Amino acid sequence: MASLKEIRTRITSVNSTKQITSAMKMVSAAKLRKAQDAIVRMRPYAIKLHEILGNLSNATDSALDNPYAVQREAKNILIVAITSNKGLCGAFNANVIKKAQSIAAEKYSDLLAKGKVSFLTLGKKSYDGLKGKGLNLIQGNNAIFDKLTFERTTPLAEELMNDFTTGKFDTIILVYNEFKNAAVQILTEEQFLPVQINTGKSKIVNDYIFEPTKDYIMKELIPKSLKIQFYKALLDSNAAEHGARMTAMHKATDNATELIKELRLHYNKARQASITNEILEIVSGAEALKG
Amino acid sequence: MFIEILTPDKKIFEGEAELVQVPGSNGSFEILNNHAPIISTLGEGKIKVVSEGKKEDSFQIKSGVIEVLKNKIIVLIET
Repeated sequence: MASLKEIRTRITSVNSTKQITSAMKMVSAAKLRKAQDAIVRMRPYAIKLHEILGNLSNATDSALDNPYAVQREAKNILIVAITSNKGLCGAFNANVIKKAQSIAAEKYSDLLAKGKVSFLTLGKKSYDGLKGKGLNLIQGNNAIFDKLTFERTTPLAEELMNDFTTGKFDTIILVYNEFKNAAVQILTEEQFLPVQINTGKSKIVNDYIFEPTKDYIMKELIPKSLKIQFYKALLDSNAAEHGARMTAMHKATDNATELIKELRLHYNKARQASITNEILEIVSGAEALKG
Repeated sequence: MFIEILTPDKKIFEGEAELVQVPGSNGSFEILNNHAPIISTLGEGKIKVVSEGKKEDSFQIKSGVIEVLKNKIIVLIET
């Protein structure tokens, strides 16, 4: 059995780990609330934009010749892997990295062999996870997660849209964790470009005046909806990250509490054993003197 | 009529208005009560909202889109 002092040091060290994990849990909980608020604030805009687009596509078919909707033969693929900058959040980052690789290997294996599949990494962890594997990596702006606003994410979305229209990439896919609730993240694979316009006609037909023209509005709105889609993916991933970290830290704190309980028991047993030993020695010493 | 002005980050205005002036892509136009349903894109400029009691609010925008339907106005903007 380990000595008393050894057990005591272990208890202290587990205890301080527990304090750290429980503090991290609190921090994540606070950040999660903020991230969730951002999603809620963005939602009305996204829903409305979608509605207007729906109304428009009722009235026009011009969506199909939009430069962002061109279906080209897939020769150059870009996979955008959205992860976090920091670790300690369970399988959050590993899932995205695995998924990004499996998409490349399963769907585009021949292109991958020719080196025509590129990865754009957002967040330090996806870069760390994918580097050193002989893949075409482009490192994105990791500082974007420091403060997620629409203005800050727009240039990046525009860059991707530009890469598509100039023909640098024929298909762009986003891989990220969608936020469902604090404990559940849904690993999502989403085609960003070419844009998929929902041509399902809605039943409500309002007789709108379109200014200046339907086609012009369509042309203006599609880039907007793409930027929103990109922004939403980042917001979702950010909220999911904090949710995942909160859950992971909660489990770590629970484990530490359990471990401390066990160590305490060991410690008390060892202490009792040494006391019993001492008494035995004294008694047997006294016996010896008597004799 | 009721007007809501939304950006992707937040709602910046919500309330009753008597007159709304927006910078349409083809030139500025005004919306009064019972305007016909319209969807229009907006260019760079200022949105002016006159509420009851002649209270005026104005918002600088870069681009946007407006939808008017049954005395409900929704403006989606980027600043």
